[in-house]
Amino acid sequence: MKGAREEILNNLRKQIPMETPALPEVIQGEWIRYANPVEQFANLIAGVGGSCQTVANRGEIQARLESYPEYRDAKRIYSQVSGIPSHFDLDAIDQPQDLEDLDFVIYPGQFAIAENGAVWVTDQGLKHRVIFFITQHLVLVVEKKDLLHTMHEAYARIEFQKPGFGLFISGPSKTADIEQSLVIGAHGCRSMQVYLVEG
Amino acid sequence: MNAPVHKEHAELASEFVNNRQRAKWHDSSLWFVRQKRDRQTQTIPEWEQLRSLASTIKQHTLAKLPYYLEEFERNATKMGAVVHWARDAEEHNRIVCDILKNYGAKKIVKSKSMLTEECHLNPFLEQNGIEVVDTDLGEWIVQLRHEPPSHIVMPAIHIKKQEISELFHEKLGTEEGNSDPTYLAREARYHLRQKFVQADAGITGVNFAVASTGGVVVCTNEGNADLGVSLPKLHIACMGIEKLIPRSEDLSVFTRLLGRSATGQPITAYTSHFHGPRPGCQLHIVIVDNGRSAIRASQDFQNSLNCIRCGACMNTCPVYRRSGGHSYSNVVPGPIGSILAPSQDPKSHGDLPFACTLCGSCSDVCPVKIDIHHQLLTWRRELAIKKIVPWTKRWSMSMASIVLKHPWVYSVGGKVARLALRVMPRWMIYNGLNAWGKQRDLPPAPKKSFRELYRQRGNSNGQESPSHKTNVSNGSKDLKG
Repeated sequence: MKGAREEILNNLRKQIPMETPALPEVIQGEWIRYANPVEQFANLIAGVGGSCQTVANRGEIQARLESYPEYRDAKRIYSQVSGIPSHFDLDAIDQPQDLEDLDFVIYPGQFAIAENGAVWVTDQGLKHRVIFFITQHLVLVVEKKDLLHTMHEAYARIEFQKPGFGLFISGPSKTADIEQSLVIGAHGCRSMQVYLVEG
Repeated sequence: MNAPVHKEHAELASEFVNNRQRAKWHDSSLWFVRQKRDRQTQTIPEWEQLRSLASTIKQHTLAKLPYYLEEFERNATKMGAVVHWARDAEEHNRIVCDILKNYGAKKIVKSKSMLTEECHLNPFLEQNGIEVVDTDLGEWIVQLRHEPPSHIVMPAIHIKKQEISELFHEKLGTEEGNSDPTYLAREARYHLRQKFVQADAGITGVNFAVASTGGVVVCTNEGNADLGVSLPKLHIACMGIEKLIPRSEDLSVFTRLLGRSATGQPITAYTSHFHGPRPGCQLHIVIVDNGRSAIRASQDFQNSLNCIRCGACMNTCPVYRRSGGHSYSNVVPGPIGSILAPSQDPKSHGDLPFACTLCGSCSDVCPVKIDIHHQLLTWRRELAIKKIVPWTKRWSMSMASIVLKHPWVYSVGGKVARLALRVMPRWMIYNGLNAWGKQRDLPPAPKKSFRELYRQRGNSNGQESPSHKTNVSNGSKDLKG
């Protein structure tokens, strides 16, 4: 194994030096800015089969969720958002496979991106990252002040100092592998809602 | 690698276009994706700037590739991943198989990875008693049909829903004759859920590997890659040496380009950043060369390694759209595949650079600005020098060279051809020897040549200088020059 590593690297080092342009600045730039980022974000989430609502405070979210029959009928809910109760203690679950029947996950997003309708979540303090993918329905809660314009602002905020998992999610899982017909709900969640909480 | 002798692109393409309706359907499916891509790119005023940035970042990385590979290895190891190196496909397959065997893994779920397709990992693992399920819906469909993907982003783009319905009915027992895409996708979700829950290990490809953090990024829409690696305790990520980018912030450029270029989406549904394994679990990263460093050694073709596998060049290519991915007999088909394939094996894939009209549309849509059509032209020259071009092409090219070098041959040839086209019976003109006449008629032969007409016109207009006249005169001036 050591052999392959040395051989590949030595091969590359022996090659004729290539022209090396300097690494460009990618965070600062004349990037697009939206007059109404909330509207832009909501439109994009709707465009990829999700939904976005604005609420005055976190306390309102529970009532909004109650208006969905899927939520009212949900047998197993996991929430990491204060004010919305969980049905069980995630830390008490040993095997992620035991989460197969998860119906709803309500989780805080660190920030959201107006240009593409994506929300950044991480598994910091989360025992089973599979909840984002195995749940039937996903609800993400983001502070309105954390709505950014572009991915450049996003990556300016993200740090990967220690092991962990970070994820941009944009809409429910989907596939167009059968004749380019869009089907919502491939292997991951079948629905996704985002709640933007006013300052 | 000794690839099996296969039919040439032109032959396979002609089989494909024989089914006119299907060829038209295939063409319009891909054009639809190309149009979605256009609409998305037009929403970003800085699109061209992003392409330039991406190209510069990739160029920089490629130039300092050994440096960034080592930096990536160091940081990935620090994060807790185990990094492996493989010179070729065989070594890659053996490494993956050994990791699985050491772990006692028997059932594997794999998300889409063109690298593992290139290395033919599935058959190797199956020979070793390991079950591999491709979990991307399109990949699963082609796996059930025992055929390779025909497109790198949409593996089953060549298959009709009625055929998928029949396939699922036979293999999964779905309702006969029900070809509703939602129904079929739901059935696939249900069946594959069992596979995910029972899997001992998950294998993924890598879209980007970040040198400064030691992380790998995987982009999907279905959520299959994530589900496949967050249930079992073993994750193997396979990547080519060219997947590196220097800094995490470089992702701000590439994540803006990838989804929009690939399928006309603002971003893929899931863009997952893996740094190290989950607590108590394992993450293995296999870095594979398999001919890539040889491409880097070639000044003509090295920047083809900047490809981020979005597939935009395929969706726009008039030849790909009308001949189908399988006609290329290579894991990566289309324009970029026609550069990469002959680099791996010029003898088997020397036909591909000719499966191109040199229209340049591929270079126009490429998010990292690879000069694809120029490289295809360069490949033709290389192949001619290496004498890998069929004798018919070499013969006709040397004839053309004689004709174009000698004006009198050109002039006599033109006269003969004009006369022949007028007087010869149809069967003598349109037969097996005239490939250009297969689907179209030649235009009626003019009575006089361009030069004759030009001379005549010059006489009737007296002494006037040709440069003040119409475009036609200018054109002829260029011809003489």
